[in-house]
Amino acid sequence: MKGLRFNRKHLCIPYAVFLILFVIAPLIVIVYYAFTNGQGHFTFDNFVNFFTSTKTLGTLLYSFSVAIVTTAVCLVIAYPTAYILARSKLKKKHVLLLLFILPMWINFTLRITALKEVLSVIEGNISVYPFLNSVIGMTYDFLPFMILPLYTSLLKLDNSLLEAASDLGANKATVFLRVTLPLSIPGIVSGITMVLLPSMTNYVVLDMMYNNTYIMGSLIGSYFSAYDWNNGSLISLVLLIIIFIVTLVTNRFSDKDTDTKGAIL
Amino acid sequence: MKRFKMILSVASAVSLFGASILTFAGCANNEEIITLRVCNWEEYIDLGGWDEEERIDLDSGDIFGVNTIYDDFAEWFNETHDFKVKVEYSTFGTNEDLYNRLSLGDVYDVVCPSDYMIMKLLAEDKLEEYSEEFASGEYSANVSPYIDGVFTQYGWDKYAACYMWGTTGIVYNPEKIDDVADVSSWNILLNDNYNRQVTIKDNVRDAYFAALGIINSELLTTQQFDTDALSDIMNATDSETIAKAEDVLKQIKDNVYSFETDAGKADMVTGKVIANYQWSGDAITILDEADADGTELWYSVPDECANLWFDGWVMLKNGIDGNEQRKTAAEAFVNFLSRPDNAIRNMYYIGYTSAIADETVFEYLDWNYGAEDGVETIEYNVSYFFGDDGEYVIYADANDFEMDENDEINRGRQLFAQYPPENIKSRSVVMRDFEDKLTEINQMWINVRCLDVMDISPVTIGIICGAVGFIAIAGVLYGFRYKLFIKHKPKKGFKKVDE
Repeated sequence: MKGLRFNRKHLCIPYAVFLILFVIAPLIVIVYYAFTNGQGHFTFDNFVNFFTSTKTLGTLLYSFSVAIVTTAVCLVIAYPTAYILARSKLKKKHVLLLLFILPMWINFTLRITALKEVLSVIEGNISVYPFLNSVIGMTYDFLPFMILPLYTSLLKLDNSLLEAASDLGANKATVFLRVTLPLSIPGIVSGITMVLLPSMTNYVVLDMMYNNTYIMGSLIGSYFSAYDWNNGSLISLVLLIIIFIVTLVTNRFSDKDTDTKGAIL
Repeated sequence: MKRFKMILSVASAVSLFGASILTFAGCANNEEIITLRVCNWEEYIDLGGWDEEERIDLDSGDIFGVNTIYDDFAEWFNETHDFKVKVEYSTFGTNEDLYNRLSLGDVYDVVCPSDYMIMKLLAEDKLEEYSEEFASGEYSANVSPYIDGVFTQYGWDKYAACYMWGTTGIVYNPEKIDDVADVSSWNILLNDNYNRQVTIKDNVRDAYFAALGIINSELLTTQQFDTDALSDIMNATDSETIAKAEDVLKQIKDNVYSFETDAGKADMVTGKVIANYQWSGDAITILDEADADGTELWYSVPDECANLWFDGWVMLKNGIDGNEQRKTAAEAFVNFLSRPDNAIRNMYYIGYTSAIADETVFEYLDWNYGAEDGVETIEYNVSYFFGDDGEYVIYADANDFEMDENDEINRGRQLFAQYPPENIKSRSVVMRDFEDKLTEINQMWINVRCLDVMDISPVTIGIICGAVGFIAIAGVLYGFRYKLFIKHKPKKGFKKVDE
């Protein structure tokens, strides 16, 4: 009965099944649809359509602008917060951290609906500022995803390094710029990945914030609702490739420091 | 050997699972339980759980919803038939959603798509024909002659049983608009005075219809057309019309509050917008909710043209699959919903207008909309809907309607929205399926909704490129800072040693 003995590798089976069923198989379907036309013949037309249409390129640009601005705003808000949380000597900082994570427990459509009401009070007619509102909505939605990795990477920071820097004559600003900031780069990178990519496609927020301009996610949806699986799949594929490239780039940053790799999750 | 054992265990697990399914199916066969797979619009059927004060106490008997209609159906069916039925109820959000699910292999027996989707499914030969027995059932006995006429005219009557129907129009707040003429035209979507204060539906068909109304506004309001000519105008899908519609929709996009799928109802009730492109059934819900808040809203059908729409129950060939019992159950389900008491329950619960025109339904209408004593009334005639065999007139509160110089009613409140008067009927058309023009019209819709690179001003592009370039250069310089600027020289007395 030696053969039936449980092997640690067998623990992977559930995940492998999940991976094959819900990641690999759909991916194959997407690739198939992306390079075929409605009749099932192989074609590059969808590909050509995507890169020659000024509309899809405009949408790509618009999605990027929303995503980049959102990420920048998140970073600017999250870094000081995470820094204060991680470096403070507060006994109750876990409670404080919980306050930032707490909104994540509420369904995001509910949160955005509430935010919409608040913005209506502040701005009056919220449909006048669609871009601003989209960014506010996305920031509200994704801020915890930026704070958490920053917090973990700053928390792991070895105090002796900071003390050593001070001992060697660095003032506080120099310590931050030359020690703290470089060491927290893996946190920043993983925060950026976790905010940038979802905010490129999260069209529900745009819809709810009354932004009439499509981003990539809504464009895919509009192709699908016209039963055009091919063009929709191609756009998904292009997005996947963008995600792949971004992940490759960010991995370069995190590989330098194997100790903090755990922050990238 | 190890691998073999593993395969063996997996195989046994699979066969065990398979066996259990087979046993399950076997049981089902022995007891002859048919699972009827129904797919309907979201929030489009009475789900029961009414409060006691919601009881509809008609002279012909009380109507009250305790359980869901489909549970009531199963209970009734199992008592009256020699085989058992179980209803598997699911919902869809849009016609396209339903169609995609069908083409991806989801199997249903009875579904409730809209007019154009019925056309599409019919053209693709996916619909099962209703049987001869069905023609002698509740639906045929109770359906409105008007609805029956339209369904026969389009050739759907053998394949579809109308469930709900209505018009499209504009819900508005009479206190917030400058001129009542504004809400009587699709042009309100382009009206500068209401910049960012009106919403439009976020789907290409409804938006395209409104755009056609605007394009043909002058023509439609100055000349009379018969229904066929009107239908051709409002179903134009030639490239020139599509291009015009694109221009109009682009202007609409910059003028309206939002393209909404569902948020419009709440925005209208809370007063964020002053007018709202709506389907008549949702309009009634909005009017009711606003009444509860103390705001009086109205419904208007634009002078140009209204979209007359129907949602109908159809049976699917691949679901029924030649199974006579299943077909009997499916037809019984449609007939059960067509029973006047159930039609009223659904109508009350969802706010839409049932296709059922029975004396009881008229009684409910009168119960619901008949004016109280001492109120000035008008004669609201709905005979075209309930049949020519009698006079179907409701004496309704005159303050709920606005008549023009020809004594025609074009704006009104709940009753007007639920049962449009005959003059509205004559300027409503059914919107046909786009068929092979769908790709072109969808591309038009994408053109409207997407940002065009060519539309971005050079200054903006300059700023974006500048910013990206700056960041890139700064990054490169930072990355190579030790090679380019900072040279670490050994201190005095030390010497650099290669590692």
